[in-house]
Order: sequence, then C-alpha cells, then structure tokens
Amino acid sequence: MANHAGNYTPGSGFERWLDDRLPIVRFSKEHLMDFPTPKNLNYWWTFGGILAFMLVVQIVTGIILVMHYTPHVDLAFASVEHIRRDVNYGRIIQGTHAVGASMFFAAIYVHIFRGMYYGSYKAPREIIWMLGVVLFILVMATAFMGYVLPWGQMSLWGATVITGIFSAVPLVGEAIQTMLLGGFSVANPTLNRFFSLHYLLPFIVAAVVVLHIWALHVPGNNNPTGVEVKESRDTLPFHPYYTMKDLFAIIVFLIPFAWFVFFAPDILGHADNYIPANPQVTPSHIVPEWYLLPFYTMLRAIDFNVLFIDSKLGGVIVMAGSLLILFALPWLDTSKVRAGTFRPLFKPFYWLFVVNFIALAYLGAQPAEGIYTVLGKITTAYYFAYFLIILPLLGRIEKPAPLPVSISESVLGKAKG
Amino acid sequence: MATASETKATRRDFLYIATGAVGAVGVAGAAWPLISQLNPSASVLALASIRFDVSTVPEGSSVTILWRGLPVFVRHRTPEEIEAARAVPLSELRDPEGDEERVLEGHEEWLIMVANCTHLGCVPVGESGDFGGWFCPCHGSQFDTAGRIRRGPAPTNLVVPPYEFVSDTIVEIG
Repeated sequence: MANHAGNYTPGSGFERWLDDRLPIVRFSKEHLMDFPTPKNLNYWWTFGGILAFMLVVQIVTGIILVMHYTPHVDLAFASVEHIRRDVNYGRIIQGTHAVGASMFFAAIYVHIFRGMYYGSYKAPREIIWMLGVVLFILVMATAFMGYVLPWGQMSLWGATVITGIFSAVPLVGEAIQTMLLGGFSVANPTLNRFFSLHYLLPFIVAAVVVLHIWALHVPGNNNPTGVEVKESRDTLPFHPYYTMKDLFAIIVFLIPFAWFVFFAPDILGHADNYIPANPQVTPSHIVPEWYLLPFYTMLRAIDFNVLFIDSKLGGVIVMAGSLLILFALPWLDTSKVRAGTFRPLFKPFYWLFVVNFIALAYLGAQPAEGIYTVLGKITTAYYFAYFLIILPLLGRIEKPAPLPVSISESVLGKAKG
Repeated sequence: MATASETKATRRDFLYIATGAVGAVGVAGAAWPLISQLNPSASVLALASIRFDVSTVPEGSSVTILWRGLPVFVRHRTPEEIEAARAVPLSELRDPEGDEERVLEGHEEWLIMVANCTHLGCVPVGESGDFGGWFCPCHGSQFDTAGRIRRGPAPTNLVVPPYEFVSDTIVEIG
C-alpha cells in the first residue's frame, strides 16, 4: 500500500552521509510528506491534526504557567490570580490553557465519533482504536489533575469526589485512597503530587500519540467509503494535500477557541472555583467539567444495590465499564462494512447514540433528584445496550447498501452525478 | 558443552534463576520507597489527635472542626432529635445501628461524626433532608438525626471517629 513512499534520493554528499547513519530525512519524507493518504478524506478527518496541534498548545502554555505557579495550598489560588492579573499576557496564556482543555476535548469527541461512524476501529485498525482509548483516558486524567491546581472550591471537592471513587474498591479501597491523597483528605500532599503528574502525563500522551500514528501508518487511513485503498490513484501524498487541509481546519478551529479566550475565558468553568478551597464547606451544587459529565452521570445512575454489590461500587463499575467497553468495540461490532453511510439500520442507532451521549452530559450537570435520576438510568442503559446488544445484532440482521468498487470510482461517480 | 543433555538442569540454569531472583528482590526493594512515599508522611500523621471544648456549642446547633484534615461535625442534639433517632426500628435502616451505639453513654446529646458523606466525600448540609438530619448536595444522600443513611447512594452511616471526654466539656478526637 505504501505506493508513494520510498522515493527519497539523497541529493548532496552530506545527505547521503546522514542517510547512511540516521535516516531521519528519509523517515520524515516517507511518513510526514509522501505518505499515501486516501484522496476522499472529508473535514471530519482533520481532527487528528487538530488534536496534535492542541497537545502542543497545552504543553507550551503549561510549561509557561509553571514558571509563575506555586503548588502549595496557601499560595496556589493566589498564584493563579497573580498569573491572570500581574504576569505579562498571563490572562491570555492562562485563558488559553484553561479553554484549551475544553477545546481539546471538543476535538477528541469529534475524532472519536468520526471513528465510530466510519468504522475506523475495524480490522486491521483495532490497535489504533485501542491506543486512542488509552489516550482518551490519559487526557481525562491529565485534565482532572490540572483542574485541581488552581485550588478553588471545585478543585478541592472535585478531587474529593473523584478520589472517593477509589474507596469503593472492596477491602483495599480506603488504603488506596489514602495512598493517592497522601493523607486522610485532599490537602497539600495531594496538590503536590497532582502537579507533578499533571506535568508528566502530557509527555506520556505524546509518546502514545507516536504509537497511535505508527499503528495508523501500517494499514494507512480509513476513509469515508470504508473501502480499502486499492491502487495508487486512490491516494494523494500527505503533503501538501492534507498538511494544507489540516492547517485550514486548525485555523477555523482557532476562531471559536480565540473567541472563548478573549471574550469568555471562564464561561466553560464554574464560578465556585473562584472561591478558595475550603475543606469545611462543600459547594451546594458540585459538577465536574463538561467533558467528564457523561461518565459522571453513569456513576450517579447506579443508586441501588445489586446482590452483594452496593450502590457505590456499582456506580464505579458502571463508570469504569463505560470506558473499558470501548476497548472491546472492534469485536462487538460484527458488521463487515465499515462506513455507516452504507449501513441503513446502523445509522438511526448511531445518531440516537450521539443524542443519548449529549443527554448524558446534560443530565450530569443537573441535580441528582426527581426525573433526572430516571433519565440518567435510561440513558446509561442505552449507552451500554448500543455496544452490547445493538452493534453485535446489527451485523447479523442488516443488509448493507452496495459499496463502491474503489475510492476513485466513488469520487469520480460523484463528480459525474 | 555441545553434547550436554537438554533435559537435565545444569549449573548454568541454576545461576540464571538465582541471578534473576536476586535481581527481582533488588528491583522490589528499590521500588518500595518509591511507592511508600505516597502514603501519609509523619507530619500528616502527627495531627492525628485533637481536643475540642464542646461547651462552645449551644443546644440545637453544630460546628464543623478539622481533624486529620477531615471536617468533623460536633452536633449538640435536642432531646426531640435524640427521641426521634431512638424511635426508628432497626429494620428500617440500610446500615442498622442503634442510636446508643453512635454516642457515648452519659453524653447522648453530643453526636460527633466525620462530616464526609460515605458516598464520595462531600460535606452534607445540616438540619435538612426528609429525616431532619443531613442532606448531601452532591448526590442526594439523606441522613437522620443520628447520622444514619436513610436514602440515596451512600452505602453506610456517617463515620463516628474514635473519641472520649477527657473532662465534662473537653472531648479528645483521635
């Protein structure tokens, strides 16, 4: 399939000398420039590039913030305010980092849902998908620990609730929680270790991104038809075609990003986090950041005991399961057809899954009472039913629409029609 | 060595296993402090016991104090609250525990409990909820006037820390 690759001829004597010792120019040319990429990728495929860009933005702004931040319970809150008020352009840099977390997740969700619609997780791309799930979990952990660092009320109580999840583990739960916190409550030792890990994890993420792209470059990209590349005229070199397309998408993506940073840097956060952390009072309405809400709803949905599993452990199992089940997706979806476009029965269930996921997010922000708890249970049930019942069955009973013979034919057919 | 029997364990096999075993012990020994440092330090543990003068809390009110970094309710209960708590049959409780077991004899008016909800650790709001006790705003758990779980996701009653009265009005927690 690597039909465009491997046409590097070192020009000068120095290039030949280097190519024999460290073929980095050859590698870059083959994987960053000439890599054969399906020519029909739509804009949903630009979110990989957007995510790579966002990771760089978060690392650069984060490293700068550390130059002015103090990880101590007495000083952390004030040092973030110092960054926002005193440091040159600190308001913009801190705002970019905080809003950047939200934009990062917006892009992640689009990227994941694109993969789920076009069946990008199916053979031979299971490992790419699973590494993606690892990245998703790592980025969630990083974002959660980052939110603790300003040491406001939501920082403290969010950390209390999330680490409390570990105490649900039978027998050793309390000991695990104490070890995570470095004490009996979320306090200075917790803040310090979260700061250390928040700095470390993005580099682990970057390393897993390398594996993610490595795994991608073995079979090459999936594409909107889901039909594999068959011949060289199905593809274009990555550069300049997709470097330019990704760059254009990044610029468009920067418009809402910049709007948030300049005009509403706090709109995605919670007012309560501008109250310094107080271990004696819990905010009356405690809510995680929007990007964690769907999973928070599933945690809360289990408020009843099942046999010997109490409600607390049950909620934790369901929440952990909602993420772990993604690893099994390539094997749960039994349909041979990749793209949802050619799956008439799959489409309505898929879009219902998307709406259901948004509903889960909405419910996570509502108080845990009345109709919301009932809806929380229904949406949680559909989330799991989609993976465990609908996808395995659809592959057996669905009659897919006829697939195009090749990418080229589908592109040219569209041009004629 | 070319003719040595493949099936018989040799001195070299023994050396491999012995070296590997010593290496594994060494790695485990080196990893131990790296993991142990995560646990509470001596300075955190040193704050493990505090004294509090309960005479500052009038009947029908409560205060929240800090013990080991955890908020602790000290509630001065009214006779009606105690009566209400004792009137509940144990069969109605999710985590059956009599009111007598949650207070010290002779000091029944003092209810001292760790103020973190046993669900995920939020601090419940006092004198609210359907049972006249505490209501947790995070996930809706409700506790009665003895701090026992009555409704919602919390699995157990609010935790009573170890404490004793060192005089009529001074309580030592921890």
